[in-house]
Amino acid sequence: MSGQSPEIDTAKINTAVAQATAPANDTPLLRVESVSKKFGDFRAVDRLSLDINAGEFFALLGPSGCGKTTLLRMLAGFETPDEGRILLGGRDIAPVLPHERPVNMMFQNYALFPHLSVRDNIAFGLKRAGMARAAIDTRVGEMVALVKLDGLEKRRPDQLSGGQKQRVALARSLARRPKVLLLDEPLAALDKKLRESTQLELMELQRRLGMTFIVVTHDQEEAMTMANRIGVMDAGRLEQVATPRDLYEAPASRWIAQFVGDVNLFDGEVASREHHHLTIATRDGGSIVVAEPRDLVGNTVVSVGIRPEKVKVSRRGPASDAGTSQAINRLEGVVTDVSYLGGSTVYKLKLDSGAVVRSSIANTARLDIDTLSAGQRVVAWFTPDDCVVLEK
Amino acid sequence: MSTHRIFARPARYAAIAPYLWMVLFFLVPFGFVLKISLSQTAIAQPPYVPVFDFSEGWSAINAAFAQLSFDNFRLLISDSLYISSYLRSVVVAVTSTLILLLIGYPIAYGMARLPQRWQPIAMMLVIVPFWTSFLIRIYAWINILQHDGLLNKILLALHLVSSPVVWLSTDTAMYLGIVYSYLPFMILPLYATLSKMDPSLLEAASDLGSSPRQAFWLLTFPLSLPGVGAGALLCFIPIIGEFVIPDLLAGSGSMMIGQTLWLEFFTNKDWPVAAAAAVALLVLLVPPLLLYDRLQRRTLEGGR
Repeated sequence: MSGQSPEIDTAKINTAVAQATAPANDTPLLRVESVSKKFGDFRAVDRLSLDINAGEFFALLGPSGCGKTTLLRMLAGFETPDEGRILLGGRDIAPVLPHERPVNMMFQNYALFPHLSVRDNIAFGLKRAGMARAAIDTRVGEMVALVKLDGLEKRRPDQLSGGQKQRVALARSLARRPKVLLLDEPLAALDKKLRESTQLELMELQRRLGMTFIVVTHDQEEAMTMANRIGVMDAGRLEQVATPRDLYEAPASRWIAQFVGDVNLFDGEVASREHHHLTIATRDGGSIVVAEPRDLVGNTVVSVGIRPEKVKVSRRGPASDAGTSQAINRLEGVVTDVSYLGGSTVYKLKLDSGAVVRSSIANTARLDIDTLSAGQRVVAWFTPDDCVVLEK
Repeated sequence: MSTHRIFARPARYAAIAPYLWMVLFFLVPFGFVLKISLSQTAIAQPPYVPVFDFSEGWSAINAAFAQLSFDNFRLLISDSLYISSYLRSVVVAVTSTLILLLIGYPIAYGMARLPQRWQPIAMMLVIVPFWTSFLIRIYAWINILQHDGLLNKILLALHLVSSPVVWLSTDTAMYLGIVYSYLPFMILPLYATLSKMDPSLLEAASDLGSSPRQAFWLLTFPLSLPGVGAGALLCFIPIIGEFVIPDLLAGSGSMMIGQTLWLEFFTNKDWPVAAAAAVALLVLLVPPLLLYDRLQRRTLEGGR
């Protein structure tokens, strides 16, 4: 999938990939082979294939109803695939019942046992495994320390806060030291601040334990923060599997570009091509020069995508193109809306063609003497490298 | 104080209604029964000598208190008739409740696991017998169980027995009638608890290595105990005082306390003793009620 990324950024992206992905392994820990799951006539998961390596933190991202939870539940064994195979360490786990799989799941609603104490909740899976009493005590102690629940061992779930419940659920699912930990929207029930700190703790924990985590989430920021790789799902299919950076900077489709982050899109046709650069005649933005290594023969109808933070806005625009040795795309328009967001400010521009372009500019200085305000006529500009050509 | 804001004025007064109901229809009648239980039998109309005569003022009441008689209660303890009918009531109620649990739990469990759209239908089927009068249903059982009744006809036709079996006027018939009549009261609270159970708990148990059987005993059953308690109490208490079913289906050998009460009131016309027996029955029922209340409160408070 990463092969689809434009050449221009590949150097940077490749470094990011090398840093992000786990050490390469010949056989993936988990292999999903064209798996389908039907509910009546509805294909919740549609001939989906996916490899996940040992030690990876993988996120399944998608809108609700895209089939990501169904896929997770098939991995846990709560649903059986109608077609395809799921291999864990090279072994087909279809006939393995959920309670015999070396896979554990952390449930979205935590599913803590209300009549058992924190300690007994965590020890539950260990007792089923027939572990000796002393060993259970040691392991529970480790888990309690790991998720920082010291002193709460005797409490029952309804005496815990949301964040504490989340930790118990995590400790309970980690206690059996599964090969793969499945997390179904693990942070959805926490408030924003707690969610952010817990994201970091989960990453830290995963790195320390060297375990494979597969997390299902609808929150792209969460997926991007935590995961080495993200699989974006829509309508039961994987639209793209990539590192967070690739996903954002080199989306595979128009849909992904819109689903992950914000994007300005210009529909148009390929007008000419030279030296890995395309000139695209767009309906709303005039001619836009785009860096694009692929030869888009026979596919002249495309969209140009530019992320808002890559669109610069100023009263006059850059003095010349000399600084970049590249053609700079310029769009002229009027500022219609200014939203100050703290770290950045989002400007909405109305182009002369009537199209709206969003630009997000980082507030790098505390005092800004050159703010733009609504009604001002400005130039929005961006380089060919900042553009992505989207075919679908 | 937040109630002031949540409820409008009339709604606040409405909270008195249940207490008013309790005072009017339980406490006051109970006071009458208590009063009768402390009086002496007389051949009169009504057939007892009142202990308190409110028309004669405070001094008379004080005098009455000084010579209150607990003779009727002493009689209850000394006469083996009462003790044996109390004991029989408890034995019958405990046995019936256990049988009801054994039959009702699987039914409620099955109902709770039915597909969502079938559950209301199953619920209807449980309640449907209530649409026919209770008494008529018991008479129907008499019809089925009698010498040439449906049951014997079937057994004879299937050659399972060579001559008609005596069903009617036995304890078997009585237990059959009690279990049949009280089954919905056992099923409904059990179903209510079981159907409310979060299915992800069972998935979590399975994920953590429990077989379905282990998951049932480790999760489903302990979590359904409030329903078990409610169902058991809902059956146990009325069965202890049951009169109609033992009177119509059981033999005349031994009586339950309800039958003894009836006998004292209507045949012997000994109202004071009957009233004393009724008071004693209530006292007997208070401990299990309090126990249930405590258990209920403990589950509500989450074991704090």
